[in-house]
Amino acid sequence: MKQASLKKLNDSYEEKFGFAMPEKSVLSFDFGLSPQIISQISDSKNEPTWMREFRLRSLEVFQSKPMPPWGPDLSEIDFEQIRYFIKDTDIESKSWDDVPAEIKETFDRLGVPQAEREFLAGVKAQYNSEVAYSSLQAELDEQGVIFCSMEEALQKHGELFKKYFATLIPSADNKFAALNSAAWSGGSFVYIPPNTHVKRPLQSYFRINAARMGQFERTLIIADEGSSAHYVEGCTAPVYSEYSLHAAVVEVFVLPKARFRYTTIQNWSGNIYNLVTKRAKVMRDAVMEWVDGNLGAKTTMKYPSCYLVEEGAYGEMLSIAYAKNSQIQDTGAKMLHLAPNTSSKIVAKSVSIAGGTSNYRGLVYIAKVAKNSKSKVECDALILDEKSSTSTYPDMKISGDNAMVEHEASVSEIEEEKLFYLMSRGLDKAEAMTLLVAGFIEPIVKELPLEYAVELNRLIELEMEGSVG
Amino acid sequence: MLKIKNLQVSLNKKMILDKIDLSVDSGTTHVLMGQNGAGKSTLAQSIMGNPNYTVKGELSFDKQDLLELDPQKRAALGIFLSFQQILEIPGVKIYDYLRLLQKKSHDKKLTPLKFKAFLKERMELLSFNESFLTRSLNHGFSGGEKKKLEILQMLVIEPKLIILDEIDSGLDIDAIQAVARAVNFMKQTKGSSVLVITHYSRILSYLNIDRVHLLSKGQLITSGGQDLVEQIEKQGFSQVLAGNQ
Repeated sequence: MKQASLKKLNDSYEEKFGFAMPEKSVLSFDFGLSPQIISQISDSKNEPTWMREFRLRSLEVFQSKPMPPWGPDLSEIDFEQIRYFIKDTDIESKSWDDVPAEIKETFDRLGVPQAEREFLAGVKAQYNSEVAYSSLQAELDEQGVIFCSMEEALQKHGELFKKYFATLIPSADNKFAALNSAAWSGGSFVYIPPNTHVKRPLQSYFRINAARMGQFERTLIIADEGSSAHYVEGCTAPVYSEYSLHAAVVEVFVLPKARFRYTTIQNWSGNIYNLVTKRAKVMRDAVMEWVDGNLGAKTTMKYPSCYLVEEGAYGEMLSIAYAKNSQIQDTGAKMLHLAPNTSSKIVAKSVSIAGGTSNYRGLVYIAKVAKNSKSKVECDALILDEKSSTSTYPDMKISGDNAMVEHEASVSEIEEEKLFYLMSRGLDKAEAMTLLVAGFIEPIVKELPLEYAVELNRLIELEMEGSVG
Repeated sequence: MLKIKNLQVSLNKKMILDKIDLSVDSGTTHVLMGQNGAGKSTLAQSIMGNPNYTVKGELSFDKQDLLELDPQKRAALGIFLSFQQILEIPGVKIYDYLRLLQKKSHDKKLTPLKFKAFLKERMELLSFNESFLTRSLNHGFSGGEKKKLEILQMLVIEPKLIILDEIDSGLDIDAIQAVARAVNFMKQTKGSSVLVITHYSRILSYLNIDRVHLLSKGQLITSGGQDLVEQIEKQGFSQVLAGNQ
């Protein structure tokens, strides 16, 4: 019974989200990865020599690095069966009118709410490998904020780009960072000038729309001294029969006294490997907040980190993982305290249902120099049935004097008494479960922009209807 | 409308209630009294359909067999139970929750504006502070606040049968009056029946009582009118029970 209703849920998901628009690529390259393909990518983007050489060096690093010996099974990924670059439109659109009808239809069919569409005036929509839509907001221009594609930034703001690019996450960091460094395409570049406060969130959409296509966006953000901004990325991808790989790299530099928040809602379709490297360098008295929601993908490995490199730096991570069916959400955070008086907080919540697996994997490192540093970690897991599982892998390395580290972890099930209470008020089981699950993740959801919070609650409602038989 | 005949209830194979006969007619108010551990709450939970209890015998509402129905279906028939032990549900906003309850219990949908007006009126009846609406369900509430929130849910659902399980314990006199006001409002406007479970006679002085039942050690010992309440109040449970042996 449960299996049957789950299948029904998957079918309706496929109907609702699982369409693929016909591909209309300007350029597409053969499958697999070679120095020739990397050079072709670089040529097609008219890149300076240093970037081409960086890519080629990164390819060597990628080929020499083994797969990670820990974490979820990745043996199914066949790097030769991935197409590394597809350019969907050859020009970047300047206004909404110029956005191809197919792309608009994608938004339509995904049911992007009207409120969000209005926001699109300030949105970067990534369709396939490149930013397909870009309308520089007058507001941002006036403030001197740069919000553009990485390709454009490399051409127009070369020096700034080069000063920061790959300095926080070098190619050799891990195999997937190396792959991204070799084959990156698309992604956002953001620069916030000193003492500038960007009120509206900078939003970005990511979409994958070609089978066997690896997507390797690269995002580089610099929040200059005393500035503040909020960047939001959300993804909903069509469903494919073959396995796809998504390996993004995000580098954020939060300069002294700046405040930056990076919010992600990831809802890739169930066939995608989502292996992301995200890192922030946080300077004196600066604040970095990651808000991360992982709902989709076949396997997610993502551990956003904060390198707290100067006194008074603060790093925070709020995350939700939602694992259903055979999904594996292997997520967490890393807080590296590398200077005195730094502090960090990690709140990780996960929900596992219908055979899903969610793991928390995190690191708190307090170096010898990081005297008087504080860190608090809280992991709460909710398991909805016997088929699902959860594990916690917290790692703590504390060598600084006078460090204060707290770690709390809990695993809970839906309490029958609470279900009975809510059902006695006339709610059916699915509605009661929805309330209890939504209540559990509410502390994180309330930090999301409203439209994302609404979408997330709607999604959980749908899941509960499908899984409570 | 509520008919209980030869009811037997056990928990983990331990018999708690036996040979219970009780009928509550439409629009009437019954009182169930008894000492701690007599089985009063067990009866209330069994009527509502708590799956932990094993129930045998006859239990019906409006001629429908309740034993076949899950708690949601029993609620849909118009049965409401105000819990003695009220669980906290963090993260569930009271306003949204009450709106959901209203939708589930009524065929007629209210627009958001009309619902707001409806809720405001009911909250005034209870002297319920509007600022509570943005908080989480029962989360961090005092005992008295939780009880009032139970009654607010009752006012939103508008049930046909109201079962109040020790609603008066932990309430100050103002709160008891507010609860009685709300219950009388339901009786007058909807003709609801009421089953009050209590140790004390205080709340009863604000309600018009039709029948009083005395429960002891899982069995109904005696029934009577208002005079039985007065007798219990004067002599205490032990002496009244001894007199009925």
